[in-house]
Amino acid sequence: MDVDEVITNLKGELSQEVSIEEAENCSPRAIIVPPELLKKVCEILYRNKNFYFDMLSCLTGLDNGPEANTMEVIYNLYSIPFDQSLMIKVILDREKAQVDSVVDIWRTADWHEREAFDLYGIQFIGHPDLRRILLPADWEGHPLKKDYEHQKYYRGIKVEY
Amino acid sequence: MKLLFTGLSLVNMENSAISGFGEVLIFVIGGILFLCGGLFTAWIVRPSRPNEEKLTTYESGEEPLGNAWGRINIRFYLVALIFLLFEVEIIFLFPWATVFGSKALIISTDGNWGWFALVEMFVFLGILAIGLAYAWVKGFLDWPKPKVEKKEIDSPVPGDLYQEVNRKYSA
Amino acid sequence: MGLLDKQFNSGGVMVTKLDDLINWARLSSMWPMTFGLACCAIEFMSAGASIYDLDRFGMAPFASPRQSDVMIVAGTVTFKMADRVRRLYEQMAEPRYVVSMGSCSNCGGPYWEHGYHVVKGVDRIIPVDVFVPGCPPRPEALIGGLLKLQEKIRGESLMAPTAIEKMMAERV
Repeated sequence: MDVDEVITNLKGELSQEVSIEEAENCSPRAIIVPPELLKKVCEILYRNKNFYFDMLSCLTGLDNGPEANTMEVIYNLYSIPFDQSLMIKVILDREKAQVDSVVDIWRTADWHEREAFDLYGIQFIGHPDLRRILLPADWEGHPLKKDYEHQKYYRGIKVEY
Repeated sequence: MKLLFTGLSLVNMENSAISGFGEVLIFVIGGILFLCGGLFTAWIVRPSRPNEEKLTTYESGEEPLGNAWGRINIRFYLVALIFLLFEVEIIFLFPWATVFGSKALIISTDGNWGWFALVEMFVFLGILAIGLAYAWVKGFLDWPKPKVEKKEIDSPVPGDLYQEVNRKYSA
Repeated sequence: MGLLDKQFNSGGVMVTKLDDLINWARLSSMWPMTFGLACCAIEFMSAGASIYDLDRFGMAPFASPRQSDVMIVAGTVTFKMADRVRRLYEQMAEPRYVVSMGSCSNCGGPYWEHGYHVVKGVDRIIPVDVFVPGCPPRPEALIGGLLKLQEKIRGESLMAPTAIEKMMAERV
């Protein structure tokens, strides 16, 4: 299977005009999908009988910093029947980072999306239970953001070294 | 304690007026004295600076939530009761075993004593076994298993594709 | 306040002897509280096991804060855990002692700069008697720290603290 084949298939099912392209320097090879199409693309990749990407191996958040002003969510898919891997990248606006949740396709996404929300503040629309998963519930800010400034005191304990 | 024992035996030797209950009373008084002694010494020596955190009942780092009067499944009680029954049975078996082998009794009854004691014990065990069977039949021994909630997933992947993967890796 | 605790103004043969007795009793039965936060707990466990054998110092790990005397903070104290550690410390009966074991609980260890989630030293939440350095410290180092703690306990007294009064008197 080729990434070009994936793109052709997706364009065939959606429409020829959608901007799905291959990302550079990625291994496994990746496609970049516009955020509003992500849910549909995932659904197709999950159900299409040429791919059957039935497993979400990992979901990663990424902050490109205030200069680039983008955030990314990266989905690592794996197809057990065909032994194929594929990476999907979604590039989001940093100020208003939100993307559709894929929990109802892969249940794995539940905790992974919570983690990405916890550390990057990315909103996953349609997630059943989007709470902090690692940090305490009353923590301020999202620590893996590039411009994160930790609070001075947490419950009376000094945070700074 | 040893001192107390020798003291007691001295009392017994000189004045046998002290009865068995008297000895028990002395033991009770001694026990209370020892207990109070320990608590008193601790009270003298220990620093005592209570605060709200220290006086909480639940001794763990977590904040206790909800009511302490949690309900416990009634089945624990039933199982404990049945366990207790058979434990008491074992306690009865020990003195029985010592009397069962008593030579004097066996000789004086021409060996019938052994048979009598054995049958009697089996009758006793039989009654208890009937009790157990009753509890079993009534279903008190069935431990309630938690209900597993199965999430149905309508996988679009046909099952034989997975079978093929299995075949590939089992070869 | 207890009956004798910090109640004496001047020593004397009786008080010093009583001091010695009580201190000896306390330092020979320091029961550590059983809890571990990270990899230091593994070293703590092996310090309690047969080769290093903490039992020879009269130390039996106890699973409740009420009956234990020493809290060995073995591992990384995160902010999420800090409240629990503090509450457990408060729930311990006095006299109570704290041994901070390993770099993480001493000063934040490898998380000192970018570890947004780590308390930079357990002494920010509870008073610490002995710091044991190492990452993680070997059981020998932990035992060394406990011997230091024994020394500290040996020097305690029932007498009321006078250091501040002395300092003030010298000033005038």
